[in-house]
Amino acid sequence: MDAFTTHTGIGVPLRRGNVDTDQIIPAVYLKRVTRTGFEDGLFAAWRGEESFVLNQPAYRAGSVLVAGPDFGTGSSREHAVWALMNYGFRVVISSRFADIFRGNAGKQGMLVALVGQDDVELLWKLLENEPGTEVTVDLVAKTVQAKDVVCRFEIDDYTRWRLLEGLDDIGLTLGHVQDVETFEQARPGWLPVTTPA
Amino acid sequence: MGRTMAEKVWDAHVVRRVEGEPDLLYIDVHLVHEVTSPQAFDGLRLAGRTVRRPDLTIATEDHNVPTEPGPITDPVSLTQVNTLRANCAEFGIRLHPMGDVEQGIVHVIGPQLGLSLPGTTIVCGDSHTSTHGAFGALAFGIGTSEVEHVLATQTLSLKPFKTMAIDVEGELGPDVTAKDLVLAVIAQIGTGGGQGYVLEYRGSAIRSLSMESRMTVCNMSIEAGARAGMIAPDETTFAYLQGRPHAPSGEEWDEAVRTWRTLPSDEDVTFDEHVRIDAASLTPFVTWGTNPGQGLPLGGQVPDPASFGDDNQRMAAERALDYMGLTAGTALRDIAVDTVFLGSCTNGRIEDLRAAAAVIKGHHVKDGVRMLVVPGSARVRLQAESEGLDDVFRAAGADWRLAGCSMCLGMNPDQLAPGERSASTSNRNFEGRQGKGGRTHLVSPLVAAATAVRGTLSSPAGLVR
Repeated sequence: MDAFTTHTGIGVPLRRGNVDTDQIIPAVYLKRVTRTGFEDGLFAAWRGEESFVLNQPAYRAGSVLVAGPDFGTGSSREHAVWALMNYGFRVVISSRFADIFRGNAGKQGMLVALVGQDDVELLWKLLENEPGTEVTVDLVAKTVQAKDVVCRFEIDDYTRWRLLEGLDDIGLTLGHVQDVETFEQARPGWLPVTTPA
Repeated sequence: MGRTMAEKVWDAHVVRRVEGEPDLLYIDVHLVHEVTSPQAFDGLRLAGRTVRRPDLTIATEDHNVPTEPGPITDPVSLTQVNTLRANCAEFGIRLHPMGDVEQGIVHVIGPQLGLSLPGTTIVCGDSHTSTHGAFGALAFGIGTSEVEHVLATQTLSLKPFKTMAIDVEGELGPDVTAKDLVLAVIAQIGTGGGQGYVLEYRGSAIRSLSMESRMTVCNMSIEAGARAGMIAPDETTFAYLQGRPHAPSGEEWDEAVRTWRTLPSDEDVTFDEHVRIDAASLTPFVTWGTNPGQGLPLGGQVPDPASFGDDNQRMAAERALDYMGLTAGTALRDIAVDTVFLGSCTNGRIEDLRAAAAVIKGHHVKDGVRMLVVPGSARVRLQAESEGLDDVFRAAGADWRLAGCSMCLGMNPDQLAPGERSASTSNRNFEGRQGKGGRTHLVSPLVAAATAVRGTLSSPAGLVR
């Protein structure tokens, strides 16, 4: 995973709440066996609408998505994060995220920045009035800045540390393999195994 | 101070706890399917890692499989299924493929095999893993990076959940099912209301539910934003599990049951949140919008977006009515459907098929309506056929299919066409979920069967002979 410290890119106002993972990438696009190439399925249904924000030239190269509350609800598909990242997004800003989506983003090095809904509204207004405006997201200072709009965002300390360091979770856990072995020795014998009974 | 059931299960699985870091939690059972696993296995190969406990891992093919006899014809679906087969062979994981008697939707086969046990931790790269919480397991969906983490280490790094008690007291009325109950819960707390929580369903109405119904309730916890839902194990749970292939037996059974009896939340425990629902007040419940929280009693009307005080909810309702092609004020019972889908990990178990068959028996699916009946597993299909339920559905003009996820998410050929409207026993009415441009109303198996007969959203009242 690449380390994340700060990112500056064009902000994209997505004025919708409850953007579920079926909207981010419909199931028919989930059939690849790689982690790449999912950008074609990103917001597939909405990309057909001329008025959709990503169809407007000023936003097309966006990398900071500013979305309504409850972003990423529904399915656990990590493909939603891959689709956003394959398209070019590095940050999603919202006032509320679904738990699984937030976890998946953290594993892939995509920053999920939690801000108040008032700040989302300010960012939407700015980005809609001045399309193409760049947004800077600073993970060290935990701030979002776009022109004169400046706000702080929340992220838990552990995820922030992992993102700043670009650490691989599995590598971290395998460092504690002794603890796993100790735990396994104490597991009750009646617990099931999947091998033929 | 007492502990909740979720906290007890959590504490019993902590491998490593360090201040300022998430807990490292041991995973007892890892369920795998073809859609969310290929990139995880690939990651293992790239890093030169192995699967730590293939004996705690089990795989099946469900999302892509066709429900009509014959091979997979979509080459991309076929690649995904073949990739799973190759990965299971390479890493030594037991797989129940298409055609195997134990094949089926991952959340139907886990309980069926006796792998979903009280007090265990169960994960799968699928958000409806919450289903297994019906047994008093801590079970939740994970992303593909976490699938890889569990394959490599049999653990997950997690921060504790908060706990929410959902007390449902009283008796459910006639024709009111577990599905109606959980849709009402979601409408009450909202699609984000459960975020960060484990929901524990309690109360007399929950205790009187069968295991199948409890699974329906826990299955939909994720639609309220909660990663997990749980129900305390009791005699109903033990009776369901005893004798199943992977459940303990003999002295080990007795030892297990002794442990399971200590799991329910302590009397003096405090939950972070508490929701109360009166079971007797519930009626058949259906959704009108494009998220599972947009639901109402079947006797109601399509709401006026202007009636929502909250701006975001009002905008969401406007968008939903536009997408669903509905007008405010229309009686829900007047909404005509093209398709009825009976199946999924929410309502594809034997009890669901029996309930729907009892309604549809002696009737015929309305002209112009197609009905798909898709058992949740091959075993459910065989059981239904041994009871003659397939004949009941076929005689009524419904399609009797092979097991799989099917039209719940339309990764296989079972999809809605643009503009088509369904009454579906599945779990998500998101835009395009069942096919691009498709319109979904979530319903119980009883309402699904009655709707198939009448052609409009209906309760079964007056149909059962």
